[in-house]
Amino acid sequence: MKKYLISAVFALLPMMSFAAVGVALDSVDLDPSDKTSLQLGATTYMDYCMGCHSLKYARYNRVARDLDIPEDEFRATLMHSDASFGSLMENAMPAKQSKVWFGITPPDLTLVARLRGNDWLYSYLRGFYADASRPFGVNNLVFKDVGMPHVLAELQGVCADKPQMGGHEDRGTHDDGCKKLAVEGTQTKEEYDETVYDLVNFLAYMGDPNKLERERLGWMVLLFLAVFWFISLLYTRELKKDIH
Amino acid sequence: MAQNKHPLMAWIDARLPITSTFEKHMSKYYAPKNFNWWYVFGLLAMVVFANQILTGIWLTMSYVPSSEEAFASVEYIMRDVEFGWLLRYMHSTGASLFFLVVYLHMYRGVMYGSYQKPRELIWLFGMFVYLAMMAEGFMGYILPWGNMSFWGAQVIISLFGAIPYFGEAVQEWIRGDYLISGITLNRFFALHVVALPLVLIVLVVIHVLALHEVGSNNPDGIDIKKHMDERGVPLDGIPFHPYFTIGKLPAVSVFLMVFVGIIFFFPEGGGYFIEYANFEPADNLKTPEHIAPSWYFGAFYAMLRAVPSKGMGVIVMAGAIAILFILPWLDRSNVKSWRFKGMYSKVAIVSFGIAFAVLTWLGTQPATPGYTILARVMTVVYFLFFLAMPFYSKYEKTKPVPERIGE
Repeated sequence: MKKYLISAVFALLPMMSFAAVGVALDSVDLDPSDKTSLQLGATTYMDYCMGCHSLKYARYNRVARDLDIPEDEFRATLMHSDASFGSLMENAMPAKQSKVWFGITPPDLTLVARLRGNDWLYSYLRGFYADASRPFGVNNLVFKDVGMPHVLAELQGVCADKPQMGGHEDRGTHDDGCKKLAVEGTQTKEEYDETVYDLVNFLAYMGDPNKLERERLGWMVLLFLAVFWFISLLYTRELKKDIH
Repeated sequence: MAQNKHPLMAWIDARLPITSTFEKHMSKYYAPKNFNWWYVFGLLAMVVFANQILTGIWLTMSYVPSSEEAFASVEYIMRDVEFGWLLRYMHSTGASLFFLVVYLHMYRGVMYGSYQKPRELIWLFGMFVYLAMMAEGFMGYILPWGNMSFWGAQVIISLFGAIPYFGEAVQEWIRGDYLISGITLNRFFALHVVALPLVLIVLVVIHVLALHEVGSNNPDGIDIKKHMDERGVPLDGIPFHPYFTIGKLPAVSVFLMVFVGIIFFFPEGGGYFIEYANFEPADNLKTPEHIAPSWYFGAFYAMLRAVPSKGMGVIVMAGAIAILFILPWLDRSNVKSWRFKGMYSKVAIVSFGIAFAVLTWLGTQPATPGYTILARVMTVVYFLFFLAMPFYSKYEKTKPVPERIGE
């Protein structure tokens, strides 16, 4: 182990490592103030993702408060466990067995949007396509040979071939993505793009829950400093009159 | 002031030198009147240092230094502690801005020859401050226990492996373990929050005491103590307080606006102030795609990579830091400020600044063949600035320095 680590570091040092072979991603503009979108995203997450991927640094009550969802409604529609409302959003996934099932323990996703970026997530979740050589019959354009099955196949269906990526996707534009489905899903292409948009919006909120509050406060602090700067300037102009 | 002193103040002054100390270092410390905006960075470094100490104390209240809980405790600070996110971003942004203002502060010294006789010890202790800051920054970087913390530390500690015979032993001694572990995290925590801040405070005090003993240099490099009035006050000096304390409030507020702008709107600093790969916990089996040290070590890291052999690379990198220490003895010029130095010095100082900036940037980028060549060229420029200085500074023609400021 030690030898492996040391040789890995030595190998890394001179070349510093290269950026991964890049796939063009769809870029997306999110809206953290869109509560409806965040609520829909949270619903999708709790229904399709939470079983395997915990959000263990966040708390249920904080999410409910930030997303304007009353506690009883949150419990009835979003919480699929009887954990206390103030507890961390953990799940019952057994780490050891899941590693056998998927080749890797499904990672916690609280910070995934900050780790991978919003564009990556938006592209990844729309990047699955049929590939018979893989254990779950699907591969991913953005994350090659990913261990995860296409959990949202029920909604999207399964894309017959590699989807197209690299444009600027937003709500209302649906040029990129899957061109031909091998298996139909319950949603149209437009509806699926919307679902993924909401889900990514939710994950971006999850990674950085203070963003709106932070920026609101930021403007106030800047305003204060601007006034402070002006007053200090007037004062120092008086002060400078002493210097000859 | 002495005539109408408050009785309480007189009582204290008879027992503790409050007034005389304040006068010596503030109200009757005379600074040259021709200070320009480059002279604000020392003050700003103090401001950021205070910020680091204060936010650090509050972060320590909620941070848990253990390999099992460190990462989660940082997220606890970010989510559950009231204004914890603000404290954390103030601290992480402050770390980067500390280095930024110190680099500008040092470059100011280079431009105006502030390291020259009789200010060699000011420069030397300033360099010790910088060295302690590098250790402080490196050890603080490991504390969030993210994946970049782990692998960044792995790379930096492995540099000590280049030491002949004892390399392996030194690495184990630093880590306290056969590989980076919770033990390493705990000792780095102790050093980061107790040992190094104490060292930094002592060094900063010595740095300032040495400065106040000989007095400040200025953009013209004129010695203001040559011309005093009958009370022994330099004719071209003005009291440090209030002119360079309160008088610098507009500059401080502009700096704070930049600081606040980053904290509230770009806390990750585009991945330079908080790396994206640090948003997943440390994992000794999963190497991040692109390991780079913090941007403020970029220049030295770029020089390390520019050399094909690891052993030589480490020597070049260590030499790049070490050579800064002897700068006062490399400059043989008869004038201080570059304003009166010859063309060679001017070109050398500007190219040195450019080389350091380019190397800093290169250190954060992947090493492509083109970048490696650029890094080598810039490394040569960096060292030439120092190694050729005894010659160009001695033989070039300098301009006469005026007796008084403003002449």
